[in-house]
Amino acid sequence: MIMKLRPVTTDANTKGRLGDYTLQAMRPLAMIIAVLALAACAGKPPPKTATDKPAGPVEVVAIPADPFPSTYKPYPGVTTVIRGATVYDGAGRKFAPGMVRLEGGKVAEVGATVAVPAGATVIEAAGKFVTPGIIDIHSHLGDYPSPQVQAVSDGNEATRPNTADVWAEHSVWPQDAGFTRALAGGVTTFHILPGSANLFGGRGVTVKNVLGRTAQDMKFPGAKPSLKMACGENPKRVYGGRNQSPATRMGNIAVDRQTWADAVAYKRKWDDYTRKAKAGTARPTDAPRRELANDTLMGVLNGDILVQNHCYRADEMANVIAMSKEFGYHVSAFHHAVESYKIADLLKAENICSAMWADWWGFKMESYDGIRENIALVHNAGACAMIHSDDANGIQHLNQEVTKAMAAGRRAGIVVPPEQAIEWMTLNPAKALQIDRQTGSLEPGKMADVVLWNGDPFSVYSRPLDVWIDGALMYDAADPNRRPRTDFELGQPGSGDVK
Amino acid sequence: MGLQATRGGRWLPAFAGMTAVLLGTPAAAVPIAITNATVMDGAGHSVDNATIVVDGGRIRTVGPGPAPVGATVIDGTGRTVTPGLVVGMSDLGLDEVGGVREANDTRAAKSPFSAALDVVPALNGRDSQIAVARAGGVTRAVVAPEAGRDIFAGQGALIALREGLDIVTRGRAFQLVELGEAGAENAGGSRTASFTAFRNALVEAQRLGRGRDAGNKENLYPRADSEALVAVVDGRESLVVHVERASDIVGVLALKADFPRLRLILFGAREGWTVADRIAAAHVPVITSGLDDLPDAFETLASTRSNVGRMVAAGVVVGIGTSGGESTNQPRNVTQFAGNLVAQGRLPGGVGLTRDQALSLITRNPAEIFGMADTGTIAPGKRADLVVWDGDPLELTSAPVAVLIDGVAQPVTSRQTELRDRYRDLTRGPLPPQYRP
Repeated sequence: MIMKLRPVTTDANTKGRLGDYTLQAMRPLAMIIAVLALAACAGKPPPKTATDKPAGPVEVVAIPADPFPSTYKPYPGVTTVIRGATVYDGAGRKFAPGMVRLEGGKVAEVGATVAVPAGATVIEAAGKFVTPGIIDIHSHLGDYPSPQVQAVSDGNEATRPNTADVWAEHSVWPQDAGFTRALAGGVTTFHILPGSANLFGGRGVTVKNVLGRTAQDMKFPGAKPSLKMACGENPKRVYGGRNQSPATRMGNIAVDRQTWADAVAYKRKWDDYTRKAKAGTARPTDAPRRELANDTLMGVLNGDILVQNHCYRADEMANVIAMSKEFGYHVSAFHHAVESYKIADLLKAENICSAMWADWWGFKMESYDGIRENIALVHNAGACAMIHSDDANGIQHLNQEVTKAMAAGRRAGIVVPPEQAIEWMTLNPAKALQIDRQTGSLEPGKMADVVLWNGDPFSVYSRPLDVWIDGALMYDAADPNRRPRTDFELGQPGSGDVK
Repeated sequence: MGLQATRGGRWLPAFAGMTAVLLGTPAAAVPIAITNATVMDGAGHSVDNATIVVDGGRIRTVGPGPAPVGATVIDGTGRTVTPGLVVGMSDLGLDEVGGVREANDTRAAKSPFSAALDVVPALNGRDSQIAVARAGGVTRAVVAPEAGRDIFAGQGALIALREGLDIVTRGRAFQLVELGEAGAENAGGSRTASFTAFRNALVEAQRLGRGRDAGNKENLYPRADSEALVAVVDGRESLVVHVERASDIVGVLALKADFPRLRLILFGAREGWTVADRIAAAHVPVITSGLDDLPDAFETLASTRSNVGRMVAAGVVVGIGTSGGESTNQPRNVTQFAGNLVAQGRLPGGVGLTRDQALSLITRNPAEIFGMADTGTIAPGKRADLVVWDGDPLELTSAPVAVLIDGVAQPVTSRQTELRDRYRDLTRGPLPPQYRP
């Protein structure tokens, strides 16, 4: 049984204040729903209530979609044409040489030649390469920032196996120098996840790699949050070590399933309340008590929150897939999926992406079977393959990790050309984050998230020269004024250096 | 003859046959000639169209000319030959699976001993990590223990990554001590304690070495630890000091005033570039990883990928080591580290290395730093530790097609290649995958 009930509760309200929490400004969709709710009441007698409130519009208590909305605003850019470079568009095409035009913060045109408007900044880039900005779907930057001291180590709320109530964005320290190093590596978007101590680690957040004064300044507008889940060794070790459940893999699944069963019940209560409230037969005080962890889980069941599931072993992924069907949700991606190559056919059939390292293996038992051909084998099976870092250093050279994976595949007889392999770090993670309509490739109308490399990005000798985000030049290796320094770095030795 | 993988991933028969001939061949039996190859010698030079003749486990000649009659020939056309890679620091052979306590001998936090700890009995030549690193071209490595509860981690060894159990080429090759943040913590919570503990330990060892202090009940270190430190204080064994912060580096260099025979090697030294002239003047070599550029600790605030380039420019002898583990810092990835040091020099304001320089940081330099003068370069008389690459050895797309240690061709397979072959085709067969090879 798969629950397909769509949320009608999201932001739909007719009042600015209901219950014991403040509601956010209504989004357009929410307004439509609110209007429909009112329309549905037209012609009916006003509901009788126990209060003396005059009859009026129906009040439907709803859970705000995002009480911490993005305050990201693109910085100004200029119309820019990059000419003469080899262009990988991130969607399977290569132009050698090619041209790219960025205009109004968007990719305007890509091809062998593009129009050059009067007044455009033209970059002669013969011998250089252009790619979409890199997207890392698994980062803990900001939550485990530099320096790695306990005082700012905020990535794992390892106090109970279900902490679906916590949000990674509330731990993000905007002064993590890791953001700047990732930018110098060509990363324009990444997804910050809670750690994996817990079965339900909390919500992850997608950010643009544009530094700001707050985490909200970085939030990718409109990107769905995720629910971080974890299989395997970490949860059972953390809680088993405290003589608490889960202490085994069967315990992991048992606690998972009970939690999902409770979430389904929570959703039923809200759905029931909402239906009655819209029909005018429930009062605001009848709204179920908010349970923040269940809010997140219900968001998953409603399709508003994506599941990003830390899971190394093939057999555990299969267990999770079965569980997801039992409770009616879909896993967006398995992360650290070192054994995806063993079940690449299943992952294709289930339309689940795998976020993988190029060659990490053996650092723990569940990573013992990692192989360098993993990504190529998953790709070759027709499943969605992605690189990911999970690491403040690794995020700086994801292009190199993709290259190692591509080369290992080629030696094993799986030839994935660069124009396809690049999707492992651009379009595919965009898809798994459901932001592929906005970014992830150089296609007209998409965000102008672009990297100009000083050489072939599939070479160890190449580094980004320029990085644009939403058309704004946010990094220039040659210009100290276009290389951000976090507050933490000010006054420190080597501050402002090319790193 | 092309030593190329086919589309199916099988080696061409010619190479497979040759491998079979070479594998396990006694080093003295038949000369081996690698012909018509580009040779990067690890000492800063590259030549094209060279032939390397190997006999008796040693390199005999390097130069133009044909293979000697009767030699087993490896066609190096289109290939690059380098010295076998030498990893300046690692935990190779000490842990099969990092996170599995039973299979990890890197650290002994509950032991009453520290400096006396010796990795040799823990080293396992059949460790899968060794096979994986060897397939990546690593032929020699420095292996160190990790510090447990003391500042002294114990004694490390030098190994050859040859197939089989006999990998140790020198035990008790050096002592490792922590004198940065980790040392401060282990010594009781502060650098005041770690440097005091260090001086005290060396004084106790000095007294023991002079036969004056045997059985002194006031000694803080067990006798076995002091005995191990006698060789350090006498300068017979190198002392590898892990520090990162510039002030710690300066403090370590100053130790020679009180203990003049110390043979210091700095490990880490992320802020080394800020005091590179002092390190160079003290003639103290450095082992570092090269890619770390984050202020990820208060002792690494000045981190930059230009660290190595700037130290080399100042005259410091630098070798690349890994901080252990099977994630980013794998020994097989030292070529990636070296390649990135070249890339750093191509950025405006960055300081990097040439390709030949970078190669020497993963061959000659670590070999020299740890007293392995007979390996790490390609020259007549040197050990025939050689890697034949299918492309630029520092490039991410390249891989070894042949690895020789002491003139003996080594396997470049591992359980990883077996896993790959088992799951290459997921089509349901007559039997479960566990029945496949």
